[in-house]
Amino acid sequence: MTTTSSTVAEERKLDMITLTIDGKKVEVPKGTTVLEAAQSAGVYIPALCHDPNLKPYGACRFCVVEIEGMRGLPTSCTIPATDGMVVHTETPMVNQSRRITMELIMANHHGDCLTCAKNQQCEIQTIARYLGIEQEHFDRLRKCKELLPIDDSHPAFTRDLNKCILCAKCVRACHEIAGVGAIDLAFRGNSAKVSTFGDKPMIKSICESCGECVELCPTGALMPVSAKQPTQEVKTICPYCGVGCSIYLGIRGNEIVSVRGDKESPVNKGGLCVKGRFGFDFVNHPDRLTKPLIRKKGWSKNVEVDGNFKDIFREASWDEALDLVADNLARIRAEHGPDSIGVLSSAKFTNEENYLVQKLARAVLGTNNVDHCARLCHASTVVAAQAAFGDGAMSNSIADFAKSEVLFVIGSNTTECHPIIGRIIRQGVKSKNIKLIVADPRSIQLAKLATVHLRHKPGTDVALLNAMMHVILEEGLHDRKFIEERTEGFNELAETIKRYTPEMAQEITGVSKAHIVRAARLFASAERAAILYGMGITQHTTGTDNVKSLANLLMLTGNIGREGTGFSPLRGQNNVQGACDMGALPNVFPGYQQVVNQEAREKFEKAWNCTLKDKPGLPVTEMIEAASQGKIRAMYVVGENPIMSEPYTVHTKRAMQQLDFLVVQDIFPTETAVLADVILPAAVFAEKDGTYTSTERRVQKLNKAVEPPGEAKPDWQIISLLANKLGYPFTYQSTAEINEEMTSLTPIYGGMQYDRLEDYGLQWPCVDRTDPGTPTLHQDKFTRGLGKFHAVEYKPPAESVSTDYPLILTTGRVLEHWHTGSMSRRTRVLHDLYPNGAVDIHPDDALKLGIMDGDLVTIASERGKIEAPVNITDKTSPGLAFMAFHWKESPANALTNSALDPVAKIPEFKVSAVKAVLTVLDRAAQDNAFLARLAENPAEALKEYDLTTEEKVAIASGDIRKIESWVGKLDERLKKWLIARLQQEKW
Amino acid sequence: MNFEEIKKQAMSQWEAIQNSSKPRILIGTGTCGIAAGAEDVLNTLGEELNKNSIQADIIQVGCIGLCYAEPLIEIVKPGMPGVFYGNLTPELMAEIVRDYLVADNPRPDLALGTRGEGTIDGIPHLFDLPVLKPQVRIAMRNCGNIDPMDIHHYIANGGYEGLSQVLKKKPQAAIDEVKKSGLRGRGGAGFPTGVKWQFCHDSPGTQKYIICNADEGDPGAFMDRAVLEGDPHSVLEGMLIGAYAIGASEGYIYIRAEYPLAIERLKIALEQMEKYGLLGENILGSGFKFRLHIKEGAGAFVCGEETAMMASIEGNRGMPRSRPPFPAQSGLWGMPTNINNVETLANVSAIIQKGANWYASYGTEKSKGTKTFSLVGKVMRTGLIEVPMGITLREIIYGIGGGIQGGKKFKAVQTGGPSGGCLPASFLDSPVDYETLESAGSIVGSGGMVVIDEDTCMVDMARYFLSFTQLESCGKCIQCRWGTKQMLDILEDIISGHGREEDIELLVELGEAVKSGSLCALGGTAPNPVLTTIRYFRDEYNAHISEKRCPALSCKALVSYYINSEKCVGCGICARACPTEAIEGGKRMLHVIDQDKCIKCGTCLDVCPTKFSAVTKISGQPVTALAESIPIDSKA
Repeated sequence: MTTTSSTVAEERKLDMITLTIDGKKVEVPKGTTVLEAAQSAGVYIPALCHDPNLKPYGACRFCVVEIEGMRGLPTSCTIPATDGMVVHTETPMVNQSRRITMELIMANHHGDCLTCAKNQQCEIQTIARYLGIEQEHFDRLRKCKELLPIDDSHPAFTRDLNKCILCAKCVRACHEIAGVGAIDLAFRGNSAKVSTFGDKPMIKSICESCGECVELCPTGALMPVSAKQPTQEVKTICPYCGVGCSIYLGIRGNEIVSVRGDKESPVNKGGLCVKGRFGFDFVNHPDRLTKPLIRKKGWSKNVEVDGNFKDIFREASWDEALDLVADNLARIRAEHGPDSIGVLSSAKFTNEENYLVQKLARAVLGTNNVDHCARLCHASTVVAAQAAFGDGAMSNSIADFAKSEVLFVIGSNTTECHPIIGRIIRQGVKSKNIKLIVADPRSIQLAKLATVHLRHKPGTDVALLNAMMHVILEEGLHDRKFIEERTEGFNELAETIKRYTPEMAQEITGVSKAHIVRAARLFASAERAAILYGMGITQHTTGTDNVKSLANLLMLTGNIGREGTGFSPLRGQNNVQGACDMGALPNVFPGYQQVVNQEAREKFEKAWNCTLKDKPGLPVTEMIEAASQGKIRAMYVVGENPIMSEPYTVHTKRAMQQLDFLVVQDIFPTETAVLADVILPAAVFAEKDGTYTSTERRVQKLNKAVEPPGEAKPDWQIISLLANKLGYPFTYQSTAEINEEMTSLTPIYGGMQYDRLEDYGLQWPCVDRTDPGTPTLHQDKFTRGLGKFHAVEYKPPAESVSTDYPLILTTGRVLEHWHTGSMSRRTRVLHDLYPNGAVDIHPDDALKLGIMDGDLVTIASERGKIEAPVNITDKTSPGLAFMAFHWKESPANALTNSALDPVAKIPEFKVSAVKAVLTVLDRAAQDNAFLARLAENPAEALKEYDLTTEEKVAIASGDIRKIESWVGKLDERLKKWLIARLQQEKW
Repeated sequence: MNFEEIKKQAMSQWEAIQNSSKPRILIGTGTCGIAAGAEDVLNTLGEELNKNSIQADIIQVGCIGLCYAEPLIEIVKPGMPGVFYGNLTPELMAEIVRDYLVADNPRPDLALGTRGEGTIDGIPHLFDLPVLKPQVRIAMRNCGNIDPMDIHHYIANGGYEGLSQVLKKKPQAAIDEVKKSGLRGRGGAGFPTGVKWQFCHDSPGTQKYIICNADEGDPGAFMDRAVLEGDPHSVLEGMLIGAYAIGASEGYIYIRAEYPLAIERLKIALEQMEKYGLLGENILGSGFKFRLHIKEGAGAFVCGEETAMMASIEGNRGMPRSRPPFPAQSGLWGMPTNINNVETLANVSAIIQKGANWYASYGTEKSKGTKTFSLVGKVMRTGLIEVPMGITLREIIYGIGGGIQGGKKFKAVQTGGPSGGCLPASFLDSPVDYETLESAGSIVGSGGMVVIDEDTCMVDMARYFLSFTQLESCGKCIQCRWGTKQMLDILEDIISGHGREEDIELLVELGEAVKSGSLCALGGTAPNPVLTTIRYFRDEYNAHISEKRCPALSCKALVSYYINSEKCVGCGICARACPTEAIEGGKRMLHVIDQDKCIKCGTCLDVCPTKFSAVTKISGQPVTALAESIPIDSKA
């Protein structure tokens, strides 16, 4: 033993070098730069272009030093320290050089420090002070006269290149950290400057507005539009997607004035996306609910709410509002039984609050009818992965992606929906460390970086994956040892996929055989490959099958249970993982303890001192159905907006309007809230404590930064008050108390107490206070023991195109917005960057439909219709339309299909048959059957209607004036369209 | 086909040309030739041959170096030495065809010289001419002799022989041979080539790269272009030898897009190499594999710098990066990479063919072999020269160059391109080698050599070169980007009469700061023209600043023209020519220049008949002319 440890020590010694800096002996690891060595020894060397997160650059020339035996003035930020090196940081030559550098900067620097927003934070000032620059030093130099215009095109930050010193930190951040490359250095000599492509204004560039450049700029060249200085900072977790970025909120008074990424965070390493950096003014938005509201008598729920919100609701005291809620819930429970009440928890709540909501449902109200929007995103993942592996969560860690050789991204627009993960992939591909396979019907950004892009038709994932596995088996690329030792059910799988030849899959998926073979070989030949996926996989009637197929592919190639491999369902909301973990699901208690399991039930009955139902409750999708049938009479909806997020919203709305009693607890008057009988004003993430569980199972602590507005309260307090009113005492004095109770009852969270989570959290399972957490699941064995292959057959989506509905609509998100838009659309920068929704249509379809870019179109499915402007783009495929579901003015979910996956009960958001018609035509056609028929099928219209020869000629020749004389005045755009349509017809 | 068979085929083809019964006509159609009108001459030649029914072999060759005499042809009649004719026009061409090819009169009055065995009365031997006598041709050994678009010509003249020998030995043998030759990088830095190869050879890595630097960007320099246009294979063979030596399987030729002819010829050369198995998986059956790409530069001067060049090849903005790591450790795409200049590689193929000792017999102790220079400026014979290292500046300027144009006085020579220094007459007898030039404050550089006469203002000269380097700075280092701009602003002030007393010291201080504070050689050398002119011509700076006088009478802001009333005859020529109507005075009137209107274009000086020479140009002194025009008769 002693020998080993001394060898280790010796080896470590070998990796250390000693150098002398200004007479001090400094010991540093090999590979350290001279600058880093000096910093570690407490020797200050001024530097402007250096940042520890960027590659050494050596441009500002401030960090020059003299090194014995080396000519000239090497830059300490780029020179690796070597053993025995003797460095002098303060020689006359060094100081002379630095002084001239500073003089040159000042001679070329425009702007008065006092009026510069960067004043006192400016790194030029710091160095100038350090060097002792005086007026006379630079008076002798010629002053630069030329002034460049200030670029204020971007809503979040301004660029004043007159203050730029070309340290290129912004450029390097954009390339090295963000992997975007929206800016680069351009031009030469004195004209050299940081420029967008074509030197266009920032907003016209490919900038993704992540603000990394602004964060690193050492001068006032890049400044946030609002640059108030905070008086204190609070570390917490970003409230948007499920990546779980650690942030510092800068607070002044009761206002969030700044945000910065936490550089120490293992998740985001200081990086943030546009939402994380600029997406927080919703917290102080005037729309925030500040008082409990009660629906006034006589206001029907069918009334359109638009500006008359205040007429419909009246303010009430907490006592009155909660009494009303408690009375009604108690009444309905008494009249119709506990299962007539449905509770929707929230993926935006903390774990502690989710724990309370499901406890309220189960222990207080007595129903398992508790669910949340995970139903709509990863219900199929939870079901399928529990069947295959025993755990429904991401198997590995985010940091692992950088360690993979091959990443297979399927059904995930990662760069827009999980930007910080998208960044890791982008950087990996750009630095040639990662090969990428992308399967997506759309040409998303990652597809452009992929080695293979499988552009399959929506809903054909099983066929595609089976065919890949077919190739892998056929070519003997599967991992025999892994299959034999770690799995079961292989033979059945092998039997099934035998029939899925690439030829057959080509027919179904539209992906060429060659592409399938290439992707299969690439994936199977990697030593470490991982799969990342999102809603493109899960939101199908075959969602469970899709996920099972991914599990099959991973096990077939032995790509699970090791670093750089694994199963990565990317969770959409900041705490959707936690909401599932906490049992905000109809079938499980916290920690996935089954309600049907007697032992589990008894444990909770004992802990909660109540009797618990032994049958699973209804998932949200079925609650809506039950509500429409009158079986669910009351709903308590906390932090969810089903009117926007459920499919077939007309139906959802109708169902919720029918409820006897609806309580909505939220931060804004959402589309769902306006249907409520009582609205309870809640606090946002920044106004409370608790924990969030990110997509990588990392449980992290969020910390209260500001007070809620008005009388709004943190959700855990509201739930507690309500429980008390319902006669079940929730006596929690703090969220820590809830956390204690929750962790004591949830084995996978057993060691997740607050004091252990303050830094960067822990990844579950973490069973006790000595457990360091589990970055990688399924290492030696699967949670369920052996991994199980599921032989899965391809089934087509529930809906397919018809002559009436010739397009497939698929839905998703955009980078700048989030979910139902209630937060992001109330944020100035995000709104300015992306004010309205649009429907993406392929140029081929647009041509067929006579639609031009920017036209307002009516998109209709069997379930409803909406209007939206058209964005013509080949990002989609022919026959495929795309919309994000953030826009209440054009809610995509009015169209989506409510058909459900039979097991996971997740709706098929991703495939709906729709048609797109020019809105002016649609409106005109509503008033005029003849016009509608004429537009639809001119030749048939001619036959069907009894027309004179003159009229027939007028139609065939496109004589609009004549046509107008029968159908009335036509809109200009419609005229143009009709002429084109009539000319197109083969008479 | 193995190499012996290829060689045999090439030899027989070459001999057939040499021994042909038809006359052979070599015409220089390099860029210099074409610019001087070689294409018209070539057309006329064809027409005349047709008209006179003469069968002849016409071979288009590269530049032989006598650019001042382009368009240039050599006519070799069977059994006769070749006869060179220069400064051709279509008319002259027609005349020569008729006189020499039809009538057998070699026109000694028009001929420049002869080449080959035998003599012709009245025509000297070309290589006995002062312009060529001191020259030794190694890099340019085939330029002007062979058809650069025919690989057979190169092979028949010993080409690829060296490679075929190298491939039979260990890579180290080639490195040792190049080390022994003492060859130093011809791109400017003068780093020993063999040592550079050794670094890359010793660097661990399975994938290595070799890059040929053909991004010749110095204004007025055209050495590499001439070699690539005139003998591309000599460079390519050198590159293959280098690749084999360091273990590279892939190479790039980084060439500026402004050299279309060189690019075209390289492309042809690569095709022919592929055909003969000189590129690809198994070169000459040795198992050595090598692929070669041509990468065209987009016109940035700084891309001639190694690390910037690699960034550019990688598809990034061409900007230098810090060393270490050196390219030999981590170069193109992070792999060990070796970069050699065109001329270096052309020398390599010669060294391997003829031996290190042969090569080392030329040059000086520390600077072996020869160096090409583009000799330009105010010298009589401009052109491309190749001379042994150690030759004196005087031999080059007065011997090869034939002295200063128009009998003017030599003032300085600027060596090494825009970042070289200006050396005064006291250096005329200094040897041209790396150490001497560096100690004088200049550089050998890639081989630009600009001769400056007494009419050139040294301050303006420095400003001109600095304006180039300032414009070409990539902008990365503050000193280079803003330091050179600051220096340029000061120089502009000085030449326009706004210099300040402290400016000279400031220029020196800034110049030293730019040199020591810049990352790459662009900034590291950009102040050289300023610093050397201050060192050797400080009095000119002083005159500009203190006396507002330009001693060379060149800086417009500091000169004035006036009409000497003693000499003016009132002819009115100057007044009519003046573009701004600044000259007053009618017939028989004494003319006067209105100094406010005068734009100092010098037209009056040029047009005033020499018999009067009434216009005078002055600087640093007040104009002492008449205030207004008066009749000549009123002159007392």
